[in-house]
Amino acid sequence: MTFINYASREINCKIVYYGPGLCGKTTNLQYIYDSTAPASRGKLISLATETDRTLFFDFMPLELGTVRGFKTRFHLYTVPGQVFYDASRKLILKGVDGVVFVADSQEERMDANIESLHNLEENLQANGYDLKNIPYVLQLNKRDLPSVLPVEEIVAELRRQNEPVHESVAAKGTGVFDTLKSVAKQVLTELRKS
Amino acid sequence: MTDTPIIMHEQQFAQLTKVLSRLRLESSAHVVFVVDKNGQQIAVQGEVGELDTTSLAALAAGNVAATGGMARLIGEKEFPTLSHEGERESIHICIIGRVLLVVVFDERSSLGLVKLRVKQAARELVAIFEEITRTPEQKKAGEDSIFAEITDEDIDSLFN
Repeated sequence: MTFINYASREINCKIVYYGPGLCGKTTNLQYIYDSTAPASRGKLISLATETDRTLFFDFMPLELGTVRGFKTRFHLYTVPGQVFYDASRKLILKGVDGVVFVADSQEERMDANIESLHNLEENLQANGYDLKNIPYVLQLNKRDLPSVLPVEEIVAELRRQNEPVHESVAAKGTGVFDTLKSVAKQVLTELRKS
Repeated sequence: MTDTPIIMHEQQFAQLTKVLSRLRLESSAHVVFVVDKNGQQIAVQGEVGELDTTSLAALAAGNVAATGGMARLIGEKEFPTLSHEGERESIHICIIGRVLLVVVFDERSSLGLVKLRVKQAARELVAIFEEITRTPEQKKAGEDSIFAEITDEDIDSLFN
């Protein structure tokens, strides 16, 4: 849910990175954090277990610049990917303005991708949203690994309609900003429509 | 989408700031802020200094969301207030409709005093947020045009 403050001339939007466990959601945020000037971003808050698995969420505020005199600030969140954290995932989707689904391109993770995407659709519905009507991007991550499926095959399985698809290697930063730009653009375009 | 955007105008922001400022004085708190339930900070008053209020806002909302989830599991609608008491600093959070009122205080104040003052301020905040919810309908024609005029070039320029 966008928050527009005319007094401080700010627009705040919420973007959530979703996907199966170990697909690279936190790695996306970590790369954005590491490659952004400190003045443009806040702290990266990570509520993780002792073994660095996301427990509740990761959070990072990012300021992109001004549009028509309004500062645009994006609040980036990840969800915990592990199946049993479903209650937390549902909570984090509340008030979302845009979603990135991070798919793990490895063949052996395809079932996990499909399950997680179904779970995203269900949890969005539980919050009153429809994946087909909100700003949404599909990211195919880990493209550098040996056991990846061809892009066409993953797209055929996971693409819902005409959402943008970006190939990435989040650990090296490849495709990370293209994905962010793609979803942020849709969020701002949505704002124009409303 | 289920939630309509919160659109805050200068006059409402001034009213909100006034209520927070008084609450801070009367409760002898460090910092007082209003956050929406999704974690976006709406207004803040007090000795912010080095305090990372953006992160605190996101975590306060996460905290309320998690305890709200627990409440529903045991058959409660929500827990309307949450308090965390530390050795020196403490936090009190009160749910007011779609926003949270967060008060950070230390030993110069007490939980009892904070709760009392928060209750009083909450009534005023309810009125302000009712007004904010009504305003978009009334002002639609004039002010929304700022965003309708955003061009693709404007958006692209953010990423250059």
